[in-house]
Amino acid sequence: MDYVVEMVGIRKEFPGIVANDDITIRLKKGEIHALLGENGAGKSTLMSILFGMYQPDRGMIKVNGREVRISNPNVANRLGIGMVHQHFKLVEPFTVTENIILGSETRKYFFGLDIRTAAKRVEQLSQRYGLNVDPYAKIENISVGMQQRVEILKMLYRDAEVLIFDEPTAVLTPQEINDLQEIMRKLVSEGKSIILITHKLKEIKAVADRCTVIRRGKTIGTVDVAETSREEMAEMMVGRSVSFTVDKTEGHPGDVVLEIESLNVKNSKKVNALKSFSLNVNAGEILGIAGVDGNGQTELVEAITGLRPIESGTVVLKGKKLNGLSIRQRNNSGIAHIPEDRQKRGLVLDYTLEENLILEVYNQPPYSKRGLLRSEAISQHADHIIQSFDVRSGTGGSSIVRSMSGGNQQKAIIGREVERDPDLLIAVQPTRGLDVGSIEYIHKRLVEQRDKGKAVLLISLELDEVLNLSDRIAVINNGELVGIVKSSETNERELGLMMAGYRKEEAAHE
Amino acid sequence: MNNSIKSLLAVLFGLIAGAILMLVTGHNPIEGYMYLIQGGLKNPERIGNTLATATPLVLTGLSVAFAFRTGLFNIGAAGQMLFGGFCATAIGLSLDLPRGILLPLMILIGFVGGALWAVIPGFLKAKYNVHEVVSTIMMNWVAYWTVYYVVPAYFKGASLETESRQLPPDAMLHQQWLSDLFQGSYVNLGFFIAIIAVLIVAFIINKTTLGYELKAVGFNRHAAEYAGIAVQRSIVLSMFISGGIAGLAGVAQYTGNASSIQIGILPTQGFDGIAVSLLGANTPLGVFASALFFGLLYSGRGFMNAMTEIPPEIADSIIAIIIYFAATSILIERLIHKLKVRRIANKKQGEQDHVDNA
Repeated sequence: MDYVVEMVGIRKEFPGIVANDDITIRLKKGEIHALLGENGAGKSTLMSILFGMYQPDRGMIKVNGREVRISNPNVANRLGIGMVHQHFKLVEPFTVTENIILGSETRKYFFGLDIRTAAKRVEQLSQRYGLNVDPYAKIENISVGMQQRVEILKMLYRDAEVLIFDEPTAVLTPQEINDLQEIMRKLVSEGKSIILITHKLKEIKAVADRCTVIRRGKTIGTVDVAETSREEMAEMMVGRSVSFTVDKTEGHPGDVVLEIESLNVKNSKKVNALKSFSLNVNAGEILGIAGVDGNGQTELVEAITGLRPIESGTVVLKGKKLNGLSIRQRNNSGIAHIPEDRQKRGLVLDYTLEENLILEVYNQPPYSKRGLLRSEAISQHADHIIQSFDVRSGTGGSSIVRSMSGGNQQKAIIGREVERDPDLLIAVQPTRGLDVGSIEYIHKRLVEQRDKGKAVLLISLELDEVLNLSDRIAVINNGELVGIVKSSETNERELGLMMAGYRKEEAAHE
Repeated sequence: MNNSIKSLLAVLFGLIAGAILMLVTGHNPIEGYMYLIQGGLKNPERIGNTLATATPLVLTGLSVAFAFRTGLFNIGAAGQMLFGGFCATAIGLSLDLPRGILLPLMILIGFVGGALWAVIPGFLKAKYNVHEVVSTIMMNWVAYWTVYYVVPAYFKGASLETESRQLPPDAMLHQQWLSDLFQGSYVNLGFFIAIIAVLIVAFIINKTTLGYELKAVGFNRHAAEYAGIAVQRSIVLSMFISGGIAGLAGVAQYTGNASSIQIGILPTQGFDGIAVSLLGANTPLGVFASALFFGLLYSGRGFMNAMTEIPPEIADSIIAIIIYFAATSILIERLIHKLKVRRIANKKQGEQDHVDNA
């Protein structure tokens, strides 16, 4: 068989953890091969080895049938292996062409930079693969999807034959995802080979030919995507069967917990982000907010939690007016908040897990007494959350949070917030970037909170998530409430139209 | 990797580099180091002097380290030290109180003076996001010129234009029994202030909710805000404490090691504090140890110079090189990591061979 890249029996150990343990993956020429695994399963490590950033402790890498030693990324490039990173590595004020040739500039008269020739080649490549990129556009002026194409062009410009895509759709809108999948198909039809790192089964189903599943550093198997169902692959990935729909019974909404009355809030550019926004959330229900990113969701959450000042209007929690109260006072009044950006807001990455789990309550008994921290109570608290929320880390409570995987960081935050036993739980993008196993688990926990009679305010950009979890859905567009619908009486199409600003009645007639 | 190992390696490399320097300039490094160490530790008096030299370094190092742990880069310890020392001297020269009241008052006022000098940059940072590196440096010069004009105007010495009057014995940290213990050394109560400060800071950083708050703000301002910690207040408070400790260094220097305050000099200990903090890995005990080491080099170099032809600047060069190695400890870390990996690989290879042979 004709393999472009073979990694056989790869093992890589880090202090205290075996990241890769006997992993084998074989990439055929001209195929899209998905690498599927949960967060922390060892996908990134494996690809870093292929890209020359780590050296394997054991195992063999073959490129075009020849055994090779890839000691650094330059060697990988010379072997025709290119990587499209999840976080783009682009110079914002530079043009597309300048970014692409960075590091392998075309020269003229020894000193002169020959942009024109390079731009011409970029143009040609762009046309050939249907990328549609303007070689002279500045990076800061083009969309995220376009920036990703620049990253792809960078690899093509260096004659890469094997392209590694690391979670490429995490930053894209649904339309951009479709375009990207089109591009990937075009690339393989022109003879390139692709490794697609992902944990989204939908995408694998859409583009991949074969799929290698790894779990906890081991290869579970390689399957033919066309012949394998989503459920089967998910089961291989997490090691047990997974349900894609959320198991929940009819909710029993109680009294009003949160009352928002004609709220006006300005965003950081001093423009009105919320315009006389009113909303009630009841005990025992999950209220989902649906909307395209940047339509006022962030400002709404920040206005409730106190991170952003309110221009006018009122926020009332269980009959208590929150306007003017500090963040801490609001926390103590019964708000818990799973923040949108877990690493920026939710965690002090350089603190231990233990320390992070008392982030809001460190100054309350039993965690401290007369200004002194009580380490025993703190570690007990941590152990409790670690156990009941299945937070995995290298050395338990004393692990530095920075070293933990994203899914476990998120579980820690959710554990911390749920354990505070709030009246109102605000969950913003609670499953962003997580694998199916963690998503299922987190969804279950949110429903459990609802069933305990808490009010849950869910804000998510994933329409599926909002539809599956919520009892009622409020649609927000340009800072205004478009309407509130029952999730049992609506569908994706209606919500989509409402998200675009059509009122419910109008949407129904469309 | 363990921070103390990194620091010790930096010291070792610095000493080796110093030895090479001595060799290149035609001197005997063994002899040089012998006299350098003897100069610092030869007899109780010299040991006492080493401790006294180290005292302001402990405090400025602690000041920088405390700020650093809370995410602030206080490089104005020199100005805070000068102003704190000046305030203490002013009290000592102006008030006629019994020693038991006067000394604590001077220490307190010295702390407040230094704290005040750091609170201004702290406030500017919290309120207007002015970077503390810029504002603390500027405050250095404000302190410098304030002392430059106020001392001659109000506390002029009898004979010298460039320094204040001598402090009366009751207004000095000098303690006879301590000098007697160290056979005439000028070591003084300042050393105990330094020890107490180290212990208090270690306690605050590691055991209190205050330390938890300040560190959280230093590591991640956004998360601290989310948790309900008053971020702006924490920044100001952190600068207050850091500056206060630097002020104590001024008290130790100008009312302990010296008996008057000179004008036209920004104390070098303020800047050495950055190096001390760096070598001490920003931990209170590390700062204490590295300040003692710096004190040893500073107090021993005169003796080395007197006994050999080696210029005293060698000691400064060694310190500079050590700082280089401490600052680039990531390189040392990598080196060690590489050696370790190779050793493990060799060992595995050995095992493999063993298995193959069997």
